[in-house]
Amino acid sequence: MSILLRCHKGIGSAVTGTALVAADNFSARYDLDRSKGVFSRPSHKLAGQSYADRILVLDTTKGGVATAWMLHEMKARGLVPRGLIFNRVNPILAQGAAFGDVTLVDRFERDVTQTFRSGDELRVDPAAGLVEILNRDR
Amino acid sequence: MRLTDEESAIFAGKFGEPRRWAITHQIAVGEFFDAADFVPVSQAHIMADTESLGVAGVQFLESLAAAPEAERRVRVPTITDPRGLDFAVYRRLGQTDKMAALEQRAIEALRAFGVLMTDTCINYQTIMAPVLGEHMAYGDTGVVIYSNSVLGARSNFEGGPSALAAGLTGRTPRYGYHLDACRRATRRFRLTATPRDLSEWGALGGIVGEACGSYWQVPVVEGIETIPGSDALKHFGTALASFGSVALFHLPGITAEEAVFAGSVPPAITITRDGIEAFLARYAAPNDKLDVVVFTAPQLSLFEMEAVARALEGRRVHHETTVIVATSPEIKHAADRMGLTSRIEASGAVVAQGICFYQSYAREMAEANGWTRLMTNSAKLVNIIGGYGYRPTLASLARCVDSAVAGRVL
Repeated sequence: MSILLRCHKGIGSAVTGTALVAADNFSARYDLDRSKGVFSRPSHKLAGQSYADRILVLDTTKGGVATAWMLHEMKARGLVPRGLIFNRVNPILAQGAAFGDVTLVDRFERDVTQTFRSGDELRVDPAAGLVEILNRDR
Repeated sequence: MRLTDEESAIFAGKFGEPRRWAITHQIAVGEFFDAADFVPVSQAHIMADTESLGVAGVQFLESLAAAPEAERRVRVPTITDPRGLDFAVYRRLGQTDKMAALEQRAIEALRAFGVLMTDTCINYQTIMAPVLGEHMAYGDTGVVIYSNSVLGARSNFEGGPSALAAGLTGRTPRYGYHLDACRRATRRFRLTATPRDLSEWGALGGIVGEACGSYWQVPVVEGIETIPGSDALKHFGTALASFGSVALFHLPGITAEEAVFAGSVPPAITITRDGIEAFLARYAAPNDKLDVVVFTAPQLSLFEMEAVARALEGRRVHHETTVIVATSPEIKHAADRMGLTSRIEASGAVVAQGICFYQSYAREMAEANGWTRLMTNSAKLVNIIGGYGYRPTLASLARCVDSAVAGRVL
């Protein structure tokens, strides 16, 4: 029982984890309280929720370049998403994932924010460009 | 990616560990974006404030900076974005000695690479502007969008690690805004009202940015009847990049390149005066107690410094309100020499150099000083600062100053 989805080849190692999904965008500087590991921007659809160890599924990246350093800093303190799944990212998130060794994929054929659901168990394989939903088949 | 013999040698570690790390990082990013090869760059610009770096980032810089000098020196002029704090004023702003110590470590590491500590996000106004077609590795969204659009340079958003890598290798992966195909227009807007001040130019950038909502969209804005100055386009571009993650815009007859659409010309979205005023109204908070007024994001030009000095002339900032004016070290020195700094500080305002507020431990400053309500003429800043626990208000410079004197939002 699983669903297999193809995407562009990504960055980082293969991971398995629980999805946290929103039709919203992302910047580590704009949206997070990194000291607590939660979304802090009041208008964000995930405001108040913890991102630590989750596979974040969001639409695209916001302005700002800070995320390129911040994923590395967040990982060093153990308060970092386990993986990142986006419709399409800007260079900053790709650079941050490469520098911080955080798993990242994007460019699917479907809208990821409508395809994945919070609580889905996912296996992300960036080298193969594949994401598997492990806990359901429809 | 296709590598030259020299790039293969760098990848194999023949030019030392810092350059091996750099090109390995760049290949990972380049392959993610399907870059065919590298393109030489003539400058790199590193965002490396310590709030973003954290201890882990500073330790990373220090580990690379420990390599022999021949292996760690940057290959092209490499400059810095604003820093985490200004050593002359950090205690007045509620920043700590611990932050200052980490900042000092970062500065020493960056200097070891031969990085020039310009500490500015307005290098296109103050250090050296790029020319049409020049490939860059710029690391501040406001710098990238202004340089790409107004000047016709070619740069992607290069975050701190990637900009450092570009400095060390003298090149960057050729994808995104280095390519003609990516620079074609995709969205069209028509303006029926001219922005009246810098806050409204920022609001316009915010409106267009929210409508675009992607790094890969290139908007064209028609109907601008008078040529905006550099500061107006600075605020427009930084807000557009902040609200939309946009890296290139075209204003026909004003910006450097002809606006060529990627396909058929799309219908225009009309932006009216009502639209600009509605954008500003989203942040309105009449009569709210005002904690802090911030003029920066981007750092102020000399002309903006002079405008702040004139607005504060003979006036006193309310005792429960803090006013922070931030500019680059170059402009600060000019402002000192021309008497602008002393005129501004006579009102009780703080003039800081080499910082840009939101990159300066904004959450910790808010907690240390009890700040919540922030007022600014920067649309970029109101977009960023909500996540740090502030409630921001966007208004003209004149209204910000009047409010600072009154101690409440006017």
